[in-house]
Formats: sequence, structure tokens, C-alpha cells
Amino acid sequence: MDEDTTFNILDPFSSIDLGIADSAGGIKQWAIANRDLIQPIKAVFNDIVTAIDGALNAVPPLVMLALITLIAWQAAGRRTAILVGLCLFALGLLDPNAWSLAMTTLAIVISAVTACFVIGLPLGILAAKSDGFERLLRPVLDLMQTIPAFVYLVPVVMLVGIGNVSGVIVTIVFALPPLIRLTSLGIRGVNPSVVEAARAFGASPRQILLKVELPLATPTILAGVNQTIMLSLSMVVIASMISVKGLGNEVLRAMGRLDAGKAIVGGLGIVILAVVLDRISQGMGQSGRERGQRHWWQSGPVGLAWRLTRARNETTPPVSAAPRTEVQSN
Amino acid sequence: MIHKSDDPVIRCDGVWKIFGARASEALDAVRSKGLSKEEIRDRYDCVVGVCDASFDVGRGEIFCIMGLSGSGKSTLIRHINRLIEPTAGSIYIEGQDVNALSARELRRTRAEKIGMVFQNMALMPHRTVLENVAFSQEVRGHDVRERTQTALRAIRAVELNGWEDKYPDELSGGMQQRVGLARAIAADPAILLMDEPFSALDPLIRRQLQDKFMSLSAEMKKTTLFITHDLDEAIRIGDRIAIMKDGVLVQIGTPEDIVTNPADDYVADFVAGISKLDLISAGKIMEPIDAYTRRDGPIDFDAWPEAHPNQSLDQLVDLSIATQHPIVVKLDGRPLGVVTKNALLRGIKGDTAPAASAA
Ligand SMILES: Nc1ncnc2c1ncn2[C@@H]1O[C@H](COP(=O)(O)OP(=O)(O)OP(=O)(O)O)[C@@H](O)[C@H]1O
Ligand SMILES: [Mg+2]
Repeated sequence: MDEDTTFNILDPFSSIDLGIADSAGGIKQWAIANRDLIQPIKAVFNDIVTAIDGALNAVPPLVMLALITLIAWQAAGRRTAILVGLCLFALGLLDPNAWSLAMTTLAIVISAVTACFVIGLPLGILAAKSDGFERLLRPVLDLMQTIPAFVYLVPVVMLVGIGNVSGVIVTIVFALPPLIRLTSLGIRGVNPSVVEAARAFGASPRQILLKVELPLATPTILAGVNQTIMLSLSMVVIASMISVKGLGNEVLRAMGRLDAGKAIVGGLGIVILAVVLDRISQGMGQSGRERGQRHWWQSGPVGLAWRLTRARNETTPPVSAAPRTEVQSN
Repeated sequence: MIHKSDDPVIRCDGVWKIFGARASEALDAVRSKGLSKEEIRDRYDCVVGVCDASFDVGRGEIFCIMGLSGSGKSTLIRHINRLIEPTAGSIYIEGQDVNALSARELRRTRAEKIGMVFQNMALMPHRTVLENVAFSQEVRGHDVRERTQTALRAIRAVELNGWEDKYPDELSGGMQQRVGLARAIAADPAILLMDEPFSALDPLIRRQLQDKFMSLSAEMKKTTLFITHDLDEAIRIGDRIAIMKDGVLVQIGTPEDIVTNPADDYVADFVAGISKLDLISAGKIMEPIDAYTRRDGPIDFDAWPEAHPNQSLDQLVDLSIATQHPIVVKLDGRPLGVVTKNALLRGIKGDTAPAASAA
């Protein structure tokens, strides 16, 4: 019975070795062996990220600043636009290189969030429609959110290699879950009697999704997008370990050299970018009607242009002119 | 397919609906052992929603379903357009078994033949009044111009013109119900399913809308299933009324039937407070002329007021006030019976037993 003297019934674990770490090491081998398959796909995505980066950096900083401020105005109103404008101004003043680094980081975030949206929205819809799929997905999402990034950093690098694409992949793993969760939550939260009414008037499942469920779930889904953006930004430093450029890289390098000043510049840059993106995406989550407008194109810079062209043309107002525009045209 | 014109437009045949995971077991138990709703709930953890409902609704008829809260009215009406499927039984619309329709045919039937008003209105909060009303046309793929026109017509019919670009949450509860009504009639369906459509309205508007609805439905010959728990409303607009209790249709009949011959105590309780003045006719409460003369001897009714057998109690009261004599009921100048003041008073109380037996 007790041949194995090292076996202790109260501590069985120290003497049992299932070799999980070794077999997981096999994944690494497999990844290296299959690199050639991945490389062409990687090249395409790398080009996309680089193109976005190039485009953002090609625009003169002040023009870009004005553009983002206008977007903020449209999405979230005048007050937010002022805040966003000031933040961006401060970002530019941080350091001569800060603006360009921020644009590179922004390019990574835009790529990651777009990919999250493309992957997350359909998965969220499926999860909302099928309890089984939701049950299946939930532990996976938990895993994605809690597993330390360093654990999957290595296999991803083995498989894809260092660079922007790996950075985006690593970011997606971490930033995707809230979007899926909130999409599912939003669709499940749609008033069932409204869905029933749509059914009673002959809508197909597809029409119900597009005309009823998604529009009504939009605020929740946009809250998910907001979360995804924030989480993407929080991955910026870790992603820079696998040679992703941008503000994160600044922080990483400063850390290596114990250069507190540079670390602060990079860190502040990330924070400012976070504030800007957060305000803009939160603004989109609120409907214009909450802010007292009937249609999104009646507010912000677009609304201004719309009213100007109307005043110029002196056209007769449509039957349902909103009170706001009537005041304007008098 | 040839339909006789008197074919029922809606026909329910032994419809059962039991909610719960063990519905079919529970159904067998109810059928074989006749368990009550409570026993089913305790033993099978199932809720009996509808219990063997059968009825026909003819073309142009307004069929009211009445019952207390939880009696299964909404559940029953949802079967007609197959929002829920019956546990047993079948439903026919214009002779077509609804549960045999393919998904595509079902959607077409829902969009083109059936308009529905929901108890909780269920307007789409992200769409304007116009977009809500045009919804069924939109899902059928009609172009914007056409569906805007039909929707505007429906909005005008419920007198909401000027509000078409507002959102539902900018409207009062009663206005929202009218939007619901407009949405139901917009596609000009042959069948209307109305689940307590006027319950959120004040009495004045409710009466106006009832009148509006009755004229609309008479004019367009809409077949209507109308749920209400207001008996006055049911009597005002219903051609026939069904009384529902715990999922069972306990009585189906004309308003007069229901009020004068309640099938059981439940129905009797329901109709106890109702005014019979407009419902009961002279023919129902008169004592036949033979019985009367046999008892009181030959009489001379020259001085008596005369009434037609179809005249309501309300009118008889007016006649009776002017004189001390009983009223003689005549058809084509021939005396049929006599309504004494006692019989009239009993009739107002809802007691239509022939006066002779009471005397
Ligand atoms: N989806 C469901 N699942 C389980 N039970 C249900 C469901 N829908 C209805 N029921 C049950 O069916 C019964 C009838 O409900 P229903 O909504 O038809 O009542 P109702 O007559 O319309 O009442 P009210 O006048 O309050 O609207 C109730 O006991 C209810 O609990
Ligand atoms: Mg109901």
C-alpha cells in the first residue's frame, strides 16, 4: 500500500505530475511549425494597421485636433467638445513627440475596437438568442478577462510574431468580453411585449432584430463599445512589450531606464487619450432625444450646417419643423 | 377554395393552453381525471391558461370576451394569430388552420389580415407615431410614400393628426392607445384582435372611441375579437359576449341572453349590477294575453298605452309613467300580451319570469 514513501495522503498534489506545463509547451512547438500559414494573413492586417497609423499621422495635428473636436461636438454636445479640444491641446504640449505617438496608439485602438465590434456584435446577438450558446460562452469570456495577458502573450508571439498584429490580437482578447456581454444583455433587455407586437404585425426574425431589437439595445451596446475602448487603452503598455509602437512603448522604455519624466509623459498621454475617447463614445450612447433634439442631424456641427443651408435657400419648412429650428429661422 | 359567406371568419375548436414544462402530461390528467386548475398547478407545476375553448366568430361580428383578471383572455386571443401555440385544439382563420401555416404564410396573414391592439399598448419607443402605425406595411415592403399615406389615414381615423412625428413617450396614455388602434387598422385587415384597447381612457373619451370603433368596424365590416373586463363596454359594442372563468368559456350569447339568462352564479354576479333598461324588450317580460284574460276576465285596452314587442324597458317606462293602466303589447295591431307595472319593475331588476307564475 505505502510503497511510495513520498506520497502523503494529506498532500497528494506535490507527488502527482500530469505534465500539463510540458504538454502546453507542445502548443508552442505547433505554433512555430505553423507560422508559414499565418504570415500572409498577418501581412494583410499589418498593412491595414500601418495604413491607419499613416493616415492619422499624415493629417496635420491642428487639423486632426479640430476634426476630433467636431466629432465630439456631434456625438456628445458642445461642452464635451470643449473639454476634448482642451485635452488634445494639452496632449500636444506634453512633448514634441507626444502627438505622433498618440496617433499611433489611436491607430492600434481603432483597429482593435473595430475588430472587437466585428467579432463581438454577432457573438453577442447569438448569445442573446440562444441560452445554450450564452452558457457556453460565459466561461470563455470570464477566462479571456481574467487570464493574465502574459500567459497568452507568448503563444501569440510564437504564432504571429511580434508587431502590430499581435498587439491587436492581444488587445482583442482582453477587450472583447464586455462588448459581447453588453450586446447580449441589451438585446435580452428589450421589452418582450414590443417584440411580440412586431411579431404580431408580421415581422420576420431578421426584421425584428434590425428594426426593433438592435435599435432598442443600442445604448447598451454602445456602453459595451465604450468599455472595449477603455480596456484597449489599458492594454497599450503590455502590447508595447511585443514591439507595438506608440505611447505605451514610451512608458515601457521609461520603465526600463527608470526615467520618471518620460514615464509621466507617456502615462499622461494615455490618460488624456482615454478621457477623449471615453467622452466621445459615451456621448454616442446617449440618444439625441435625451438632450432635447429630435434627430441627430439637427444638432452639433451637422445641425449648424443644415440650418445654415436652409436659411440660405429660404425653403418652406417641412410640416413637422421642430421648435428649435423654427426659433432659428425667425 | 370556395367559402360560403356564412363561414366563420375565426373558429376555435377545443383549444387548450397549459403553460409549463409538463404541459402534455397535465393535459392528459385534466382530460381523463378532470383535475382543477389548482390541482394542476400543485401536482404538475403547470398553469392552465385556456381550457377547451370553442367558438365561431362570423364576418363583421364583434365578439367580446369578458372575464376577471387572470381568466385567460389574453392567452386565448394570442392563439388567433399564433403568437402562442395551443397545447391541443385548432384555430381556423377563414377556414385555414393557423397552426398549419408556414412561417412565411403566417407572417403574411399577420401583416395583411390581422390587426392587433395590445393590453399594454406595446408601441415601439424608438419610432415616431407615424413609423409605429406604418410598421406592418413596412415589414411587407411597401414603399415609403404608400405606407405613409395609409398610416396618415389611420392616424386621422383616430384623430391624432398633428402628432405623427412625436414619439410614444411624448403622448398621454389614452393617445398611445389610439396609436395602438391606428396601427391595428392601418393595413386595413379583415380581423381585429383587441385586448382591452380602451382600458386606459377616461369615460368620456372611451365612449367616443367606442362609438368611433363601432362605426369604423361596421363600415369596414371588420370581424373583431374584443377583450374587456367592463361589462357595460361589452354590452355596448358586442354582438355576442363570451364569459370566461379560469380558462373556461362558461357562457356565450347575445348581451340580452347573458343578462337575462346567466348560466351560473359567476355570470349572474357579473351581470348583477348592469342596467337592464336597454337590454330587455317588452316581449320578454309580457304576460301572454290569454293568461291575462283568463285571470282578470275580458278587458278593454282602448285606454291602455301600446307597445311593440321589441321596445326596450326604457321606452316602456316612459309609456307607463303617463297612465295608471298596464301596457298592451301589440304586433301588427294584434294584442300579444300585457306588461303590468309589477312586471315592468321586475324586468328592471332583471327578473324576466312570466308574471303569471310570480302572481
Ligand atoms: N407565458 C406564460 N407562462 C406561464 N403562465 C402564463 C403565461 N401567460 C399567461 N399565463 C397564465 O395564464 C393565466 C391567464 O393569463 P392571461 O394573461 O390570459 O389573463 P387575462 O384574462 O388576460 O387577465 P387580465 O385581465 O389581467 O389581462 C394566468 O394565470 C397566467 O398566470
Ligand atoms: Mg390580459
